[in-house]
Formats: sequence, structure tokens, C-alpha cells
Amino acid sequence: MSHPIIQVEDLSKAYQIGQIGTGTISRDIERFVITKILGKEDPFLKIGETNDRSLKGESDIVWSLKDINFEIQQGEAVGIIGKNGAGKSTLLKLLSRVTSPTTGQIKVKGRIASLLEVGTGFHPELSGRENIYLNGAILGMRKKEITRKLDEIIDFSGVERYIDTPVKRYSSGMYVRLAFAVAAHLESEILIVDEVLAVGDAEFQKKCLGKMGDISKGQGRTVLFVSHNMAAVKSLCSRGIVLENGLIKKIDTVENAVGYYLSGDSEAQNQITFSNAYDKKEFTLHQISINPVGSTSDTVLDEYQEIEINTAITLKEVDNSLHFTYVLNNEFGEALFTFSHTGSGLKLHPGLNKVKCVLPKGFLNIGSYFLSFYVIENAKKTIFVEKDIMTFNIQEGERAIGSWMGKEPGFIKPIFDWSIK
Amino acid sequence: MKNSSQSQDWDLVIKGHTSLFDLKFKDLWHYRDLLLLLVKRDFVSFYKQTILGPLWFFIQPIFTTIVFTFVFGTLAGISADGLPHQLFYLAGITSWNYFSDCLTKTSTVFKDNANIFGKVYFPRLIMPLSIVVSNLVRFGVQLLLLLLMMLYFYFSPIPNTSFHITNGIFLFPLLVLLMALLGLGMGLIITAATTKYKDLTFLVTFGVQLLMYATTVIYPLSAAPVAYKKYIELNPMTGIIEAFRYAFLGKGEFTVWSIGYSTLVTVVILFFGVIIFNRTEKNFVDTI
Repeated sequence: MSHPIIQVEDLSKAYQIGQIGTGTISRDIERFVITKILGKEDPFLKIGETNDRSLKGESDIVWSLKDINFEIQQGEAVGIIGKNGAGKSTLLKLLSRVTSPTTGQIKVKGRIASLLEVGTGFHPELSGRENIYLNGAILGMRKKEITRKLDEIIDFSGVERYIDTPVKRYSSGMYVRLAFAVAAHLESEILIVDEVLAVGDAEFQKKCLGKMGDISKGQGRTVLFVSHNMAAVKSLCSRGIVLENGLIKKIDTVENAVGYYLSGDSEAQNQITFSNAYDKKEFTLHQISINPVGSTSDTVLDEYQEIEINTAITLKEVDNSLHFTYVLNNEFGEALFTFSHTGSGLKLHPGLNKVKCVLPKGFLNIGSYFLSFYVIENAKKTIFVEKDIMTFNIQEGERAIGSWMGKEPGFIKPIFDWSIK
Repeated sequence: MKNSSQSQDWDLVIKGHTSLFDLKFKDLWHYRDLLLLLVKRDFVSFYKQTILGPLWFFIQPIFTTIVFTFVFGTLAGISADGLPHQLFYLAGITSWNYFSDCLTKTSTVFKDNANIFGKVYFPRLIMPLSIVVSNLVRFGVQLLLLLLMMLYFYFSPIPNTSFHITNGIFLFPLLVLLMALLGLGMGLIITAATTKYKDLTFLVTFGVQLLMYATTVIYPLSAAPVAYKKYIELNPMTGIIEAFRYAFLGKGEFTVWSIGYSTLVTVVILFFGVIIFNRTEKNFVDTI
């Protein structure tokens, strides 16, 4: 039995780009009378254009969101993902009533608390305690509600010692902690969170996510979460909504939604099939693909998988002096390491060779990588080089709630043998 | 699914076009604590890190009164209705200041709070209301100054008995309310308009100053030339200030009609102000 707590129906939001103002006061007045007094739709809006920044639109109006429909059930944690400008923030703004929709409607049951920013309305001259009250009230709490939770909030913030000091003397970290502490103690049925994780140190991020997980899983409240951190989205949310150019591209389980979103990255290709461009005197290179072991090349690569690199090549001459070497470069173009099959004792044979190399589980860190391909003759002469022959991305995998969601330093994170006695 | 959801009671429906008169008073009431906290914030942040603190509230009216007494009373010799000049001006300044503070501060409410308004929803009307209440504190302090001055003149070595508190004092709460609401109403209209036409911001700053000269702050209505009198009376603040002087000092052209007229104008302006403000608040974030 489903209980929708938020129902979004044909929701659209148009923005005017360029110069604000329709040009003349008389047109402004006409527009004002029609939209504001009569409550009709704006006749100066053109219908039917989507929001794609890279294309030149015909009018000054862009649809930041266009006819969005979805439902969110009680107690769900939903991640909203999409590129910059896809309409995520607009959707959050509409849900949190900061601005109103152009057409369509959102039906909500219960109170919504939205955290588009932490510490909204903090006044630098006021003490931490006074700001807790002020900020709490701005977020919709009653004074007695705040008083009841004051100790808990101060405790969570970890700035007890400075609670009666004006917040202008706080370090930025303390400021954010205090602000999040207030927000985390809101008693609302629905919590909307936008990228709060972008601020604060690792410990704080851990605390934030832990608290949010607690809110959604522990207390059964509904959470809408917007982030670019896929690890955080995956571990916190059960469902995902992918937005692109103001349209919903996919609503699915969070794994599928994140996968869909990431595979949409056009720069990275996990499989390249070569035409006769690499038809050389000694060999013909057919294909290179990268995929998780036991999966196909359209699967998203994540940091925990065992990854295989497959190379299909036909040797034309009966000559076993050839071998391959790969160089892996990071996104800054620095070589991370070189690897080849010579050490294994395996030899290439004439005809079609399907060469497979498996990188151990969890070897590569999150990031973009460039693979260069070399064919070497007699272990000394390079007869073929193709730099950056393919690009691939390693994405965040799912992590436990409460753990660090960012990227660890470094490009590889090998799993070594450990023992403790 | 559709049917089951339609039969449910939704607590909130967010849509683009709402009724003109949907002023969300229920929301406003829920957020009443916020109003008081904002007033407290204004007050505390005003005097924090100052030496004189709330005394600053006194300084502006005292100096204005001294200057007015010298320029308009001594140099220009404008009548003060037979009252001590200091009291005459102070009464005018106190009430005018309250009105003009409400007006000017309210008129920038969208601009000043664009950041907060862009991030969090609360009934926007809370902000201008908190401004009006904050200024009430300031007004109260200045009123105290007026009362002290009256006591001083009354008990000075040469007692001055040209003034006395009249039964008009019973209208005092109404007068304060009118000043507040008139300033609020005009401010709401202006702030709504400034989200699109920023020019108005500049107009307000000196417009309010000029408007003071069209109000009976530095001269009594009785001293106004007959030809201009009816125009001065058209100004709703005139009736209020005259009644205020009549209440505290016993001089002023106070009639039921003049105060009735001011009340009517205030109600109309406030009504339009609130409606326009509510219309604007829904989307101003997109244009400011």
C-alpha cells in the first residue's frame, strides 16, 4: 500500500534569460494585469522549448523544468541527480516554496523543511545560542520547540564552549556545524537537502550523512537529496530521479538511476571498436574494452570492482617477438604506471589474440583515466603508439552511511596483505 | 493510484496561480515567534559594540530638534502654534520618524533579504512586520524623550503651561497604528515595485524627505496658507501628526473627519500593499 507524501503534477518553471523586463512599461502592465490580477497564464511565454544551454533558443524564455510528474512515498529517500543546469535546484526551490511554479502543481502532506543552504539568516553579531533560535524560527520551528531541543542541538554542533560568543568570532567550520545542527533537528515530515555536504571537513560530512541516514532510515521521514556525490546519493537514497534539460529522464532504483546518469557521460567510452585505421603491416587492432569482470562494457565502473581490459588484435606475421604495453595516465596527463604481459611469460600467437588483463578489486581510485597503447618489438623497439587511445571513469561505489563520502587522496588504492598479531 | 491520491487530504498545494486574497494568515500566525526573534535581532545588533548603546535612539531626535528650532523657529520665524518650539518639533519629528522609518525600511525588504528569501520559505510578510515592530521600540524611546521634555518645560523655573495633554490621548494607540500601517502599506507597494524597477529606490530616499515638508512637521496646519491648506490636508500623515500634537500638547487641527480620512487612506493603501506584496513574493527571487 503506497502513501504518496509528495505528488508533483505537470510541473513547469520558466525563466526569463537576458535582460529582465519585457521592454516597455505598457507591456509590463498588460502582463501584470493578465497574470497577477486575472490569474491567467503569461501570454508572453512560448511553450515547447526545452532548456539546453548549448543551443540557441528562439525566445528569451527557458523552461528550467518542463511538465515534471512524479510521486514520492512516505519514508522514502530520493536522490535527485543531473548535470549543472538540469533543473535540480529549480525543483528544490519550487518544493521549498522559495519561488512558485509557472504551471502545474505540487501536493504535499506534512511539513517541509528545506536546507538549500545551512545557516540562512545567521546574524554575525548574535551569539550561537541566539542564532539557534533565530535560524530555527526561520526554518519554521516554534520557540518552545527550539528550547526543548536546545541541549541536543548544542551537543550535536560540538561548539558548546563558544555558544554564548557572537558567531562572527567562529571559525567557518564551527559556523557550519552549528547551522547544520539546527537544521538536523527540525521536526518535519519531509526534509529537502541540497549539497550541504560540499562544506565542512571529513568528520563533519560523516556526521551530516549519518544524521541524514538516521532521519530517513531510523525515523522513517522522507528525504529528498540533491548532490553530485554519487557515493553519498547511493548510500543514502533508495530511489533516484535523473533530470536532464528540465525533463525527467529516469525514475528508478538508485543504482539504476546513478548508472544511467553516469553512462550518459559522453566523454568516457568503455569500448572502442576500430575500423581499418589500425590496420598495420604487422597487425590489425580490432577492439579495446574495459568492463567489470563478468559484465559487459556498458556497465559503469566503480571503485570496488575487479576490472578487466580486453584487447582484440590479429597478428599477421609469424613473429612472436611482439608484445603490448599499456600506460595509464590520470586526468592531469601524468603517467601512473606502465603494465604489460611480458612478465607473465605469455606469448602472442599468429592470428586473432584476445588479450585480457584483470586489475585487482578496488585497485583504481575514483577519477578519469586515459589509457595509452604501445606495441613493442623485441622488448626494445616501439613499432606502434597510440596515446590516450581510450578514456574511462571510475565512479564512487556504495559506501556505508556515516563513512567518508569524498575521494581519498591518490590514484590507486591497492589492497595489500595485512596481518596483525 | 490517481484516484486514491485525489481523495487524500493534502496539507499544502504549491501552484503558480493562487487567489488574489490568499494571504496565508494562518502561516503568518505560525511564524509569530520568528517575528519577535527578528525584532530582538534588530535591537541587539543595533547596539552591540557601541558605547552609548540604546542612547543613540535619543541623539538623532535631539539634534534634529535643535537644528529645526534654530533654522525654522529662530531664523525663519515659523509659527509653532504658540507652543515651545522644542516640544512642537520634537512631537512632529517623533511621529514622522516612526512613519518614515517604517516606510523606508519596508521599501527595501526584498532587496535586503534577497539572500534569505532565496533559500528558505517563511511568510514574507513577517519581515516587514518585524520592521514595523522593531521601529516601535525606537519610537517608544523617542516618545519617552518627548515626555521628559514636557516634564522639563512644565517644571522649569519659568513654568510653561501653554501645552497640556488632552483627552485626544485616548486616540494614541490608533495614531501609532495608523503611522505604522501607512508606512508599512506604502513600503510594501514600493518594495514590490523595486524588484523590477530599481529606480524607485532612489526616489524613496529623497521622496520621504520632501514629503516631510508636505506634512505638518515643521509648521502647524493652522499656519499653512489657505490656498495650499487643502493639499496639505490631502496628505494622510497630516491628520495623524495634527492629532498626535493635539493629544500630547493640546494644539493642532484635530477633527474626526481628518482622522477618519487618514484611517480610510491607510486601510486602502495597506490592503493594496499586502496584496501586491503577496503577489510579488512568489516569484521575486527570479527577477531580483
